[in-house]
Amino acid sequence: MTEEQAIYNYCLRMGDNSLIQSYRLSEWCSNAPILEEDLALTNFALDMIGRAQAMLAYAGKIEGKGRTDDDLAYRRSERQYYNHLIMELPNGDFAKTIARLLFTATYEFYLFTDLQRSADPTIAAIAAKTVKEVKYHMAHAGDWVLRLGDGTEESHNRIQKAINKLWMYTGELFETDETDAILADKNIAVDLALVKAKWTAHITGVLKEATLSVPEDEYMQTGGRKGVHTEHLGHILSEMQYLQRAYPEAIW
Amino acid sequence: MELLEKYDKLSEQLLKTFEGKIERGDAIEPRDNMPDGYRKHLIRQISQHAHSEVIGMQPEGNWITRAPSLKAKQVLLAKIQDEGGHGLYLYSAAETLGITRKEMIDQLHTGKAKYSNIFNYPSLTWADIGAIGWLVDGAAIVNQVSLQRTSYGPYSRAMVRICKEESFHQRQGYEIMAKMMKGTKDQQEMAQDAMNRWWWPSLMMFGPHDGESPHTSDAVKWKIKRSSNDELRQKFIDKTVPQAELIGLTMPDKDLKWNETKNCYDHGPIDWNEFYRVINGNGPCNRQRMEHHARVHHEGGWVRAAAEAYSKKKENI
Repeated sequence: MTEEQAIYNYCLRMGDNSLIQSYRLSEWCSNAPILEEDLALTNFALDMIGRAQAMLAYAGKIEGKGRTDDDLAYRRSERQYYNHLIMELPNGDFAKTIARLLFTATYEFYLFTDLQRSADPTIAAIAAKTVKEVKYHMAHAGDWVLRLGDGTEESHNRIQKAINKLWMYTGELFETDETDAILADKNIAVDLALVKAKWTAHITGVLKEATLSVPEDEYMQTGGRKGVHTEHLGHILSEMQYLQRAYPEAIW
Repeated sequence: MELLEKYDKLSEQLLKTFEGKIERGDAIEPRDNMPDGYRKHLIRQISQHAHSEVIGMQPEGNWITRAPSLKAKQVLLAKIQDEGGHGLYLYSAAETLGITRKEMIDQLHTGKAKYSNIFNYPSLTWADIGAIGWLVDGAAIVNQVSLQRTSYGPYSRAMVRICKEESFHQRQGYEIMAKMMKGTKDQQEMAQDAMNRWWWPSLMMFGPHDGESPHTSDAVKWKIKRSSNDELRQKFIDKTVPQAELIGLTMPDKDLKWNETKNCYDHGPIDWNEFYRVINGNGPCNRQRMEHHARVHHEGGWVRAAAEAYSKKKENI
C-alpha cells in the first residue's frame, strides 16, 4: 500500500463515520423528547455533514480519479463503506442515542485533538475545525448521561442498558491495520493506543459520576474497517442514495 | 358601592391608556395593561404560529435522509432547524402573555389550538421540498413582513428576526425548483407536478376572503393584523407568477392573467370547500401530523421527567 492509498483509506473512513453518524442523528428531526433537543441533535448532524464533505472531497482528490464528495457518498455500495459499526446502529430510544454519542464524540474529541498535529496539512486543518465541534457534542452527551443516570429509576435503567448494549461496539474504534501503521510512521495518523487511554479515562469518569457502572470488556464486534457491516447499513444506503441511483443523469 | 365605582373608573382609564398606545402606534409590552380579548387573540395567534413552525418540520423532515446531495442535505437540515428555532421564539413570545409551553402543546393535542393548514399536505417528491421553500415560505413571508408592524412588541420583534431567515428559505426553495427545471425531463415533470399540487394550498394560507374571516375585525382594530387576507394574497401572487415564468413553470390556473387596470394579476376561484374540508380534519395528513407529534411527545415523557428529577436533586445539594 502506498502512502497515498493509505491517506485515501484513512479519510474515507473518517468521512464515512461522519456521514453515517450524521444520518442517524438527522433521523431525530421531529422525533426528540423536547424541541431544544431536536435542534441540538440535528445541529450535530449538520456539523458531521460538513466534516464528511471535507473528508470525502479530500479522499477524492488524493485518489485522483475525479470523484467528488457526492460521488463517494452516493455511488458506493455496502462493501465499499468503511465506517465503524457503532455509527450505523439504529437510534433506539433517546438513551441509546445519547450513549452512542458519548462514546463516539469522546473518541472523536481525542482523535481530532491529536490529528491537529498531523503532518498532512489538510487533515490537520479539518481536525482543527472538527475539534471545536466535537468538544461540544461530547459535553452535551455527557450532560445527558448525568441527567439520565442520576435522574429517575427508569432513565437510569434505560441509559445503563444502552451503555451495556453498545459496549461491544467500542473496541472497533481503536483497531489499527496497515493503513494506520503506514500513516502513523509518517506522523500523519495518530497513535490510537493513546486515544484509547484518554477515552477510557473520560468515559469511566462520566459513568461513575452518573452513578452508572462501566461494563466489563467482553467480545468486541468488528468488521467496518473491512467493509463488513451490520444489516442496517444497506438500508441506510438504499434510502440515502435513492435519488442519485434512480436518476443517474440528473444534477440536483 | 363606592369601591366598585372606583374599580370601573380605573378599568376605563386603563383601557383608554391601552387604546391611546394602539392609536399612536406604540408597541404593547408584556407588563402593559391590555384587554382580555387582546391577550386571548394574541395567545391564539402566536401559539398557532409556533405550532405551525414545529409541525412544518414533519413534511420537510420527511426528505432529510433522502436529500440528493450532501449540500442539499445540509441546506435542508439547516432550514428545518431554523423553523424549530422560530417555534422556540414564538413559544417564548406567547409565554410573555401568561401561558406555558406545556399548556400550548396540550391545546395542540386536544385540537383547541391549530397550526397552518398547509402542513396537512404530504411532501411526496424532492421537488416538494423546493415548492415548500419557495411557495409556502414565500406566502408565509408576505404575511410575516406585514406582522413586523404588529402591535405586540415581543411578537413584532420575533417577526423581524424570523423574516430574515425566511427570505433565505424561500431563495433555497426557488433554487431547487430552478435546478430541476434546467435538469432532465423527469426532474422538470417532478417540479411542475409539485407546483400544481402546492399552488392552490399556498393561496389558501392567507385565509378566507376579507369579510368571511372570523377573527379579522378586532385584530385590525388592535393593530395585530396590519393587512387584509386578500391584500396579502394578491401581493404573493404578483411576486410569484413572474418567478414561476422565469424558470419555465406553468401556473396551474387557466384564469390567471395580468389586469392592466388594476395593475395586478386576476386569478381563478379558490376551492374553499377543499380549504374547509382540510381545516376540519380531512386533509391528507391531519391525523398523521397530530398522531406523530403526540406520540413523540408522549414517548419523550421519561426523558423530561429525568431532567426534572436531576435538576431537583442538584438544587437540594
